[in-house]
Parts: sequence; C-alpha cells; structure tokens
Amino acid sequence: MIYSSHSYTPSIALSPKAITGQNLWQRNNCWSCHQIYGLGGYLGPDLTNIYSNPNKGPDYISTFLNSGVQSMPVYNFSNSEKEAIIEYLKAIDQSGVYPNKESVIEATGWVKIKYKDE
Amino acid sequence: MNSKYPLYFIILALGSLLLGVIFGLVASLQYIYPEFLKNALPFIKLRPLHVTSGISWIILGAIGSIYFYLNNLKFYSVKLLKTHFTLYLLTGISLYFSYVLGNMDGREYLAFTPFLIIPILFGWLLFGINLFKTLWSSISNWPVYYWMWGTGIVFMIYHLSEAHFWLIEEFRMNFTKDMAVQWKSYGSFTGSWNMLVYGISIYVMTKIKGDEQMGRSNKAFFFYFLGLTNLMFGWAHHTYFLPTQPWIRYVAYIVSMSEWIVLASIIYDWRRGLPIPNFQKHSMAIKLMKTADFWIFANLVLALLISIPAINYYTHGTHITVAHSMGTTIGINTTILFSSIYYIVGTLNKKYQETTVLQKVSIKLFNGALIVFVVSLLAAGIKRSHWIHFSDNSSFSEMQDAQYVVYILLTVSGLGLLMAIYFIAIPVLKRMMQLIRH
Ligand code: HEC
Repeated sequence: MIYSSHSYTPSIALSPKAITGQNLWQRNNCWSCHQIYGLGGYLGPDLTNIYSNPNKGPDYISTFLNSGVQSMPVYNFSNSEKEAIIEYLKAIDQSGVYPNKESVIEATGWVKIKYKDE
Repeated sequence: MNSKYPLYFIILALGSLLLGVIFGLVASLQYIYPEFLKNALPFIKLRPLHVTSGISWIILGAIGSIYFYLNNLKFYSVKLLKTHFTLYLLTGISLYFSYVLGNMDGREYLAFTPFLIIPILFGWLLFGINLFKTLWSSISNWPVYYWMWGTGIVFMIYHLSEAHFWLIEEFRMNFTKDMAVQWKSYGSFTGSWNMLVYGISIYVMTKIKGDEQMGRSNKAFFFYFLGLTNLMFGWAHHTYFLPTQPWIRYVAYIVSMSEWIVLASIIYDWRRGLPIPNFQKHSMAIKLMKTADFWIFANLVLALLISIPAINYYTHGTHITVAHSMGTTIGINTTILFSSIYYIVGTLNKKYQETTVLQKVSIKLFNGALIVFVVSLLAAGIKRSHWIHFSDNSSFSEMQDAQYVVYILLTVSGLGLLMAIYFIAIPVLKRMMQLIRH
C-alpha cells in the first residue's frame, strides 16, 4: 500500500527537466544544508515552497544559486542547469505545503494537515 | 578462536569511529564559522564523511561482534567470512574516495555513488548465508538474540534496496511517493541495525550473567515482536508532514505509540532492580551496558514525544530530530558496541576485564559531554522551531547568528565526546591489535 501511488495526494509527476534538477540537487548535496518538507540538513533554510513565496520565486532562486553566500558553496551552474533546479523546486512547491501553518492541531495529539489542492 | 577476521571487522569499525568523530567536530565548527575550511573541506563533503563513518562504525562493529559470537560455534564457512571482510574493506576505501573526489550522486545518508550499493548488499548476503547456515539446525530453539540478528540482516538487505528504488525512473517520477518511501526506508534501515545491536546487548548480558533464560523468556520475545512492528512502521515521525493520505499517517501514529509499553516496562524493571549483574569480571563491559540503559530511557522519552504529531509539528525540521538521532547512535548504539568489544577482549584475555581509572573517568566524561551535547541540540531546535513557526520577518541568517552560543556549546561538548570516545576506544583497540599478533 505504501508503494501504491493512490496513497499520495496530489501525485506530482516530475518532468524530465525536473528530474535533471533533482540529479543536480543530489550531485551537489544541496540536501546537506537544505530541507524539503523539513527533511535534510539544518545549515540552510527549508526550500519546499520557496518557488511560490511572494518575496522570493524563480528569479530570486536563480541569483542565489551561484552566489556562494555564507556557508553555501560557490557553485558554477550554467543557465540550463539553473533552470532545471528551478523546475525541480517548482514541482516540489506544487506537491504540498511546508511548514504547514494552516494545519489544525487536535486535542488527541493529531494534526490535520492542509493539502495543496484544498 | 578459529579465525581472526571478526576482530579485523571490529578494528575497521573502531577506525571508522575515530575518523568519524573528527569529521563531526570540524563540521560543527562550520556552524560557528561558516567560512572555516570552506574550500578545503566543505560541509557538503564533511557531512557525508561524518555520517558514513558513524554508520560504518555501528554496522561493522555489529557485524564483527556477531561473527565473533558465531565463531564460538562451529562456523559454516570461514571462507565466506574472509570474502565478506575483503569486500567491505575495498568498498570502504572506494566510498571514501568517492566522497573525497566529490563523486556523490546518491542521496542523504547514502550519498556515495549508487553503484557501491551492489558490493554492500552482496556483503550482507554473505553475512546472512553464514549466519543462517551456522544456526539453521537449532532454529526451533533459538534464543531471542539469534532471531534479532537473523531479522536484522534480512530487513537490512530489503531496506537498503528500498532506499535505492529511486534509481528506477518510473518510481522517482511520483515525487511524494518517492520521498515517503525514501524516508520510510531510512527509519527501517536504522531499525534493522538496532535489531543487530539490541541482540548483541541481550547476548552479552546473558553471557556475563550466565543466565540463558534471559534470551528465552516470553517477555524477551514480546519485545522482539514489538521491535519488529516498529521497524516496519516506526518511521512515522519522518513523514507526518508529507502530503500522504491520512490513513498512512494514522497507522504510523498508532504504531509509534505502542513503544510506550517498552517505556513502562523499563520503568517497572528499574524499580525491581536492574537486570544487569554487578560482577567483578567484565566490569567495563557492565559499566558501558548500564550507560546504554540510561540513554535508552532518556531517548525513548524523547522519541515518544516527537512521535506525537502535535509535538512533531513543532520539532520536525529542527535540531530536535538530531538530538534524537545523536542520542540513540552515540548514547545507545555506541555504548552497547563498546560493551560488546570490551566483553570480547575480556573473554580472550582475563587480564583485560578490569576497568582502569582513565576508563572510569572517560565514561563520566562521555555521559556529561553527551548530556550537554543533546541539550544544546534541543536548545538549537527550539530556537529554530520558534523562527519557523512564529517569526515571519527575521531572516535565516539572523536566526543562525542568534544561535552562536548554542553552537559553541555544541562544539565544546562535541570535543568532550571526542576525547571520551578516544579514551575508551584506543585502549581496547591496542589490546585487540596485541591479541591479533599472538
Ligand atoms: C553548505 C551549506 C549549503 C549548501 C550545500 C547549499 N546551500 Fe543554499 N543556502 C545555504 C545557506 C546558509 C543559505 C542562506 C543564506 C542566507 O540567507 O544568509 C542558503 C540559501 C539558499 C537559497 C535562498 C533561500 C532563501 O529562502 O532565501 C536557495 C534557493 C539555495 N540556497 C539553493 C541551494 C541549492 C539549489 C543548493 C545545491 C545546488 C544549495 N543551496 C546548497 C547553505 C547551503
């Protein structure tokens, strides 16, 4: 059941370009500092919804990638590589919300999360 | 002893522990000074180096101990054991090369180039064949620790494979599923090595106490089954906030809560007096086991709390999760393995059963430093959680800067831990080398 695709809402299919972005994400160990859905390293901020953040978004991400600010490594991504990473972050953004600030915490200890399409 | 290879595994394990803590310490310095060694030893290399060394310590230490204990019986095949060792030695070297050269196209925790999972899985297979062939004839009468080892190996093979399902393009296209399965596999992968390590702890206590009943009681088996359900479903706190269907999240919640039974039982046993014997022989092994007992208690409380979604909502994505993982890997896994290794050298040479003053002090330092370490991680986590949930305006770097004191505490206690670990590991490593030469 865990492997059945119906268990996930909404099921976001990564495009080939987003897959390329994911490969870059893995090869450059972005996960060692950044989180997605709170999962990853803690030396940098969570990037789940950075794509749709009104103050940030694609152009902001693009300028950050090769900036080497703080502890972030100085990367040397080409334009198409940057686009692929942004495509990946866009797909992640469409898959859901994190931190899920509109969740409802119940007295039983249960938390009802808000899904993207609600 | 009809083979020295189990000891070779343990030496490799200790070597990787001694290296791993150094990587960890340097990485913690980069939290304070983001530019420290940024180009020579960047964080993106330090982190996988640290994590892989730590995991290798636990896994190789467990494999070596179990091989040693099987070696007291009639071993199925020493040749398979030798092959396994050679394979892991070579794989280990390739792994470090893959990191140093920056060839890391894997994922978090298993960052090495995915090809290397093949020899790793093959090694587990050899280990499994050897264990089952050695013990098969007595399976109807297995004490619980054999079950734990057998189960640990089988699940390890499965979950290591599961963690690489993403290599199938179709699978990885469904982002949420891929992510949920990845984090599920990590939880179960940890559960698998816990099976091996907890089995070792029951074995060592049984042997020191000379009471075979410990590994055969109904209660021991009850905990085995509870541990098994948790291995299969206890990864909940990783994935509550992934957009999976509510039922997955419900099941995960219920199963994690079953662990309260373990906690209740531990408290009950404590009040009746510890099951660990107070003998003169193997005194260091016993002291280390008592240390593990304390940390099991402390960590279970933390793990149970962060498995309640309402609390997990705030602790997830913060250093509180790290406090949990460091508490368990250092406080529990490392102390049990140290205990097992001290027990092993003690059985090979009675002279080695006593505890020196330095070792006594080291255990105190270990506990003190680990408490400060875990507390500073909790503090960092609380601060970060506050930033995530309650402050919309301040930037990430402002939050990081405000953590300065906490990170210093983390590094200082990390240094204390490193020293304690060196003081405990090096004497036993030396003894092991001497035993091998004779
Ligand atoms: C060694 C740690 C580290 C690594 C590795 C790293 N980053 Fe960063 N990144 C940071 C830090 C720290 C910041 C925040 C800087 C600040 O705000 O002062 C940051 C910020 C960002 C931001 C802007 C976030 C925001 O909300 O303002 C983006 C986008 C980003 N990184 C993407 C990436 C990508 C993509 C990769 C991999 C190719 C990557 N980073 C690898 C440390 C890292």
